[in-house]
Amino acid sequence: MLVSIKWLKDYVNTQDLAPAELGEKITRAGIEVDAVIDRSEGLSNIVVGYVESCEKHPEADKLSICQVNVGESVDQIICGAPNIAAGQKVIVARPGARLPGGMKIKKAKLRGEVSNGMICSLQELGIEGKLVPKAYAEGIYVLPENAEIGSDVITNFDLDDTVLELDLTPNRADAMSMLGVAYEVAAILEEEVQLPEITYTEAEDEASSMLTLNVDSPEANPLYAAKVIRNIEVKESPMWLQQRLMAAGVRPHNNVVDITNYVLMEYGQPLHAFDYDLLETGNITVRHAKTDEMITTLDGNERKLSLNNLVITNGEKPVALAGVMGGENSEVSENTTTVVIESAYFQSASIRSTSKEHGLRSDASSRYEKGVDPNRVIPAAERAAQLLAELAGGEVLKGTVLFDELKREEKVVTVSPDFINSRLGMKIRFEDMLDILNRLQFKTEAINNQLIISVPTRRQDIQIEEDVVEEIARLYGYDEIPSTLPETATTPGGLSPYQLKRRVVRHYLEGVGLLQATTYSLTAEKSATHFALKPTELTKLLMPMSEERSTLRQSLLPHLLESVTYNTARRMDSVALYETGSVFLKGQDELLNEEEHLAIAMTGLWVDNSWQGEKKAVDFFVLKGIIEGLASKLGVEIEFERGEMDGLHPGRTAYLMLDGRRIGVIGQLHPTEQKARDLKTTIVMELSLAELFAEATDALLYTQVPRYPSITRDVALVLSKIVEAGSIEKLIRSAGGKLLKDVRVFDLYEGDNLEAGKKSVAFSLTYFDPEKTLTDEEVTAVHENVVAALVESGAELRS
Amino acid sequence: METQLNELKSQALEQIAAATNVKELNAVRVAYLGKKGPITDLLKGMGKLPAEERPKMGALVNVVREEVTTRLEERMAILEEQAINEKLQSETIDITLPGRPVKTGNAHPLTRVIEEIEDLFISMGYEVEEGPEVEKDYYNFEALNLPKGHPARDMQDTFYISEEILLRTHTSPVQARTMEAKGGEPIKIICPGKVYRRDNDDATHSHQFTQIEGLVIGEDIRMSDLKGTLSVFAKKMFGDDREIRLRPSFFPFTEPSVEMDISCFKCGGDGCNVCKKTGWIEILGAGMVHPNVLEMAGYDSKRLTGFAFGMGPERIAMLKYGIEDIRHFYTNDVRFLSQFERTEV
Repeated sequence: MLVSIKWLKDYVNTQDLAPAELGEKITRAGIEVDAVIDRSEGLSNIVVGYVESCEKHPEADKLSICQVNVGESVDQIICGAPNIAAGQKVIVARPGARLPGGMKIKKAKLRGEVSNGMICSLQELGIEGKLVPKAYAEGIYVLPENAEIGSDVITNFDLDDTVLELDLTPNRADAMSMLGVAYEVAAILEEEVQLPEITYTEAEDEASSMLTLNVDSPEANPLYAAKVIRNIEVKESPMWLQQRLMAAGVRPHNNVVDITNYVLMEYGQPLHAFDYDLLETGNITVRHAKTDEMITTLDGNERKLSLNNLVITNGEKPVALAGVMGGENSEVSENTTTVVIESAYFQSASIRSTSKEHGLRSDASSRYEKGVDPNRVIPAAERAAQLLAELAGGEVLKGTVLFDELKREEKVVTVSPDFINSRLGMKIRFEDMLDILNRLQFKTEAINNQLIISVPTRRQDIQIEEDVVEEIARLYGYDEIPSTLPETATTPGGLSPYQLKRRVVRHYLEGVGLLQATTYSLTAEKSATHFALKPTELTKLLMPMSEERSTLRQSLLPHLLESVTYNTARRMDSVALYETGSVFLKGQDELLNEEEHLAIAMTGLWVDNSWQGEKKAVDFFVLKGIIEGLASKLGVEIEFERGEMDGLHPGRTAYLMLDGRRIGVIGQLHPTEQKARDLKTTIVMELSLAELFAEATDALLYTQVPRYPSITRDVALVLSKIVEAGSIEKLIRSAGGKLLKDVRVFDLYEGDNLEAGKKSVAFSLTYFDPEKTLTDEEVTAVHENVVAALVESGAELRS
Repeated sequence: METQLNELKSQALEQIAAATNVKELNAVRVAYLGKKGPITDLLKGMGKLPAEERPKMGALVNVVREEVTTRLEERMAILEEQAINEKLQSETIDITLPGRPVKTGNAHPLTRVIEEIEDLFISMGYEVEEGPEVEKDYYNFEALNLPKGHPARDMQDTFYISEEILLRTHTSPVQARTMEAKGGEPIKIICPGKVYRRDNDDATHSHQFTQIEGLVIGEDIRMSDLKGTLSVFAKKMFGDDREIRLRPSFFPFTEPSVEMDISCFKCGGDGCNVCKKTGWIEILGAGMVHPNVLEMAGYDSKRLTGFAFGMGPERIAMLKYGIEDIRHFYTNDVRFLSQFERTEV
């Protein structure tokens, strides 16, 4: 909502506050002033000029040489506007004048001809092009004939004004009108509101003699008022009206349309003007549309109507989409002589659904949607009639053609001062509360220490006691509220076991050198199930903004890999990222099965200390080591089982198994996948945190620090390449019995000295007895058992 | 013999002084004090002396031997130290060469902000509650006093999956769910999480972002308690000398509703580009829980009251760290992410 302070002063004394100060007071009381716009900012030395003559520039087709009377002299000015003509009163920026954007006008020569200033368009005065009347949109603005030559344009045409831009919350529909803002300002400044005085002379003929009215849908349209005004002259509105509309962000058209818009802005009540003759039938019937009925609205769009749409008809065909937009077939034009002014109350739900269905929002519909003041419907019609009489020479027919079943009772809210103070934690005096309610012009009675408040119909947001609490508090001042802390019993607070484990995981991963990434949950349809551990049916948005963000992800890896590529494409070759976030799987429930996952992606070097000769590229085992460390941090045993997945290297992929359940996957990207993503060797993993955290960890109990030494024996084996070290380790462990404390691979050799298809793996075995020092003989006995078992399994001892 | 002895002594001392390293000195030791050395020889030859001269000569030889030994040890100490110094000298390294890099990672700046806020409220006795990102219309809107067709739904353009299922537009549905689950009992929670709105991504908008909300319900919870709590938050998060101010606002789920500004942490309230010359920075929205919201979740709004507040970690991080474009949070440029490694205490 744009509020011209000059206009506002018609209704309320603003105490000559500086605009910024007034804006601050309004903001602090509850309606946020987003901007304070000085309409004359950067403007000076701009006067009314009279174009005495206008000739083509001999050297330039598009330029005219004008002799312009600016009061103290007649100056030659070169003008490029197509609509310049002799006999016009125009806006002249004289040499030395300033225009918005810091432009300074100087005496100049244009193609050899002197130009003493500039003839201006409204845009050049800082008015937005979309607000400039269409007739002047492509050229200079032509002032009314009675404009005084040489007079100051800025003051004479109300440009010396400041506009407050209000950012209205949906509850304050009352402030979508100048009068509504006036009531708010009056309450803040403790002033009175001056309503417009409506007087005009009525013709002898009754409006009802020309117009009949039927309302077939009283629920959707409980009040319809129509005025008939004849013998009007459709023309340009006076400057003051045009300026006020432009200040309010409305484009002037002609006096009839401008008056309906002016009253809309003034009262917050949408009006519509029909050309009476184009209605053809002298009848208005309000009803719901019929199947397949069509209307072409004023924006030129032909619309197919549905049964839910409320329409205004002439008894036969639709002439307006009620409360949203008029129809072309009854539009007011230069030829119009008689108009019907509609002022109605339409139910917000009906307008809202029609506006949504047709994707059409207008100043009218946005007000109806939020609810208009039932008590302003008829006054607004009267106000329009008055202005049409004054500004369009119209003759207002007697009476109002009316259908009225609208209830307009004031909501009564009863609240005790104690309630107000206890909610606020304050001690506001009873008299102060009464004073604030009076300032708001809420009729209030005090009975038995209760405030019985009749809320004016313009404030439909006040429904319950808490609403009154807010009204009192905001006008009393939020700064006056003391700062306390809740007096309820102290509570322990803290994180859940799940949340604690998530932090452990995060801090661990960051400790080993991974950066945390955050990517989008919405992805393209084709990526949604890529790398998914448990792919399900896709979940798609009804109305996505793009295909790229149309579907919910089932794996974190596609976007995480995109982030890796983003970095490597910018020459950061070593990247190690992790992310925790939800994946979205279709489940039994209508809600999705949202599962929190952890994903890691790494590429480039893991160790880079080249001057000491240490360089290690990431590989499967770097990431495997990180996962093993994580498992031991959480006290769980994760086993790696050979696996496969689209996009991963078939020989370098493993499932992560926890208690026999597959909770994740680790692997190297498939060369094809790497190439497609423009990546070098990249290792990834993804697992379900929900599954990883499923079991509570065991209590941590200390085991005694060994008091006796352990003994280590090595064994080197020649194995077939297909035998996995893990299976040998299992064999060693079972043969080693309880004295075998640890088994570790310490060497792997595949090469020339071995038979083809063979590899050599060396294990280091640690024996330990917590009860005593082991003797060589005891160890040898067990170790020989282990070796025998290995040989029996087909392993060959390496000499 | 005495003359011989003195000559021997001066010869020995001369050679000790002349030795330049441990090895040479050891040779001197062997030469003079060894079993076959001249001093030993002299002692051996004592037998030939007359008995009355023996004690005198014996003492004299001992004096000479002791002196030679002492000088030799002194010299040895010097030469040994010299030897160590030479060795250390040869072992000198270039201490300006870089150290072996230790891998360090760090949290995403949004996590950093969220965790800081979580910890602050945990210390005040709050629990952390989370909820689904794909939500029912009921919890996202209806249970929060936003029935279907409510104009305020326009404030939040929503991604729908079906007529009843959507991507949550705020973390408030976690409040609604928690209230329903607690069945009328007091509550003290904060709810962090991801939320989604139908916005085009640009420098200040993101279709996915994060929120963190708080909810306290109990007997006699007053608006002054909200103000006090937010004041503690502002001081802990943005510095002890922060002032707060509340401005009336509107949210369908609170009444009264407020927005909270803090005095600008950059200029202290004098006006600068961070606070757009106002001296104040808008940080969060809050209010007293609307009685409809309480009643819908089964609370007796006459007996229990509450307050709620909500803020955007993106906005807080952008203000705190001077980040100019919200898209940085979701691009994962490591040159951006790794800047949030160091502590700031």
